Amino acid sequence: MIPPHGGKLLDCTVSGAEREKLAQDADRMPQIPLTQRELADLEMIACGAMSPLKGFMTEADYRSVVDTMRLTNGLVWSIPVVFSAKTKEQQGLKPGAQVALVDDAGHALAVMALESRYEVDPDYEAQMVLRTTDDGHPGVQYLKSISPVYLGGDIRLIRHPEHRDFARYRLEPKETRVLFDAKGWKRIAAFQTRNPIHRAHEYLQKCVMEFTDGLLIHPLVGETKGDDIPADVRMRCYEALLEKYYQRDRVVLSVFPAAMRYGGPREAIFHALVRKNYGCTHFIVGRDHAGVGDYYGTYDAHTIFGEFEPEEIDITPLFFDHAFYCKRCGNMATAKTCPHDKEDHVFLSGRKVRQMLLEGKMPPPEFTRPEVAEILGESARKGQ
Amino acid sequence: MGPEPADMVTLKIPRPLYERLKQLIEGTGFRSVTEFAIYVLRDLSSNPAAAAGEQEDKEAVSRMTVAELKAIRDRLKELGYL
Repeated sequence: MIPPHGGKLLDCTVSGAEREKLAQDADRMPQIPLTQRELADLEMIACGAMSPLKGFMTEADYRSVVDTMRLTNGLVWSIPVVFSAKTKEQQGLKPGAQVALVDDAGHALAVMALESRYEVDPDYEAQMVLRTTDDGHPGVQYLKSISPVYLGGDIRLIRHPEHRDFARYRLEPKETRVLFDAKGWKRIAAFQTRNPIHRAHEYLQKCVMEFTDGLLIHPLVGETKGDDIPADVRMRCYEALLEKYYQRDRVVLSVFPAAMRYGGPREAIFHALVRKNYGCTHFIVGRDHAGVGDYYGTYDAHTIFGEFEPEEIDITPLFFDHAFYCKRCGNMATAKTCPHDKEDHVFLSGRKVRQMLLEGKMPPPEFTRPEVAEILGESARKGQ
Repeated sequence: MGPEPADMVTLKIPRPLYERLKQLIEGTGFRSVTEFAIYVLRDLSSNPAAAAGEQEDKEAVSRMTVAELKAIRDRLKELGYL
């Protein structure tokens, strides 16, 4: 099976007497609340999904990642994974302190051994990581909404975050690895998505299923921007589709707990590396992966992989062009395989689809399976 | 006398890693990053099992106790994955 990034799948959870002791100590430590993004990051660090990260980034790793897309040990890592101090008091914490990271309900979930406290320039981070400082970009908005003082250090998880949703779909990397091993899969492709599934996505997935042993459909269910389709609606679409149109023995549907950063190319690298930790050998990269608005070129998320040697990334990216149904070909295709004009292609923008659904109209079956259109239509009419 | 150039090949490593290794070997007796890399790679290749990432990962899985592995398999079965 493919080795995790950095060679070792980390587990930063503590148990037994150590957990009991640390949980008691945490009550006496400074308590710092986690944002939704930080909570998702914490969960992923703890279970090894973000291996080799053992905690939130220290200043040295942060600056190295922002400037060079590498950790200080030379390993490729494309986005900062950071924890912000929320108050003046927290901004005054000194390295060496132990702090408790708490959820909305005030439960201490983890203890961080504070190694580094540093102030950053949000505009610089935004420009380097997101390639823009425009306030209209949701990632820029997030950066400007949090304190520019970051706290870094290794974490130990003492309590798993509580989830009321998708319990049956939550698998940690060690679990997907055991699962793939049990199924005898050697070549596993991961599909990342934050959008509802249309025929184009289905086409990419099935192309890849032809030459791999299995497919991990891994919808992102962490924080997304307000006008994205809610995760529960997207999951219902997948359930409906898998039941009728997929070879179930060859597909695993599980949720990806990460928050969306809308970081386009850099986030594509991150999404690939993390899927390697889940045991996947291939990663599907479509058009404008992790993009938003017009901030990134259609294939920027493809070309960025060329900045690294393949063995540094290790997981194999599978690049796909924009896919559509061609009426003359009579099948799904991309510009690589279809010689016909755009007039022969069935393609609808997200906005157009939303409009049709709100008006009670069904998108054509060449664009969206009727089962999916029904779920999306119902959701649109309920105002979700 | 060291090997003739014809017996050597070039390996490419990321520059930041090279710079870090350069710092790492200061005062250690290694005269260059190349010498250090050859030493480490020889050491690793003398233990092929440890050098192979695949094997390392298998070891990681096998480091799970039988009880842990069973718990994971049971959960996967309960959820319908197995």
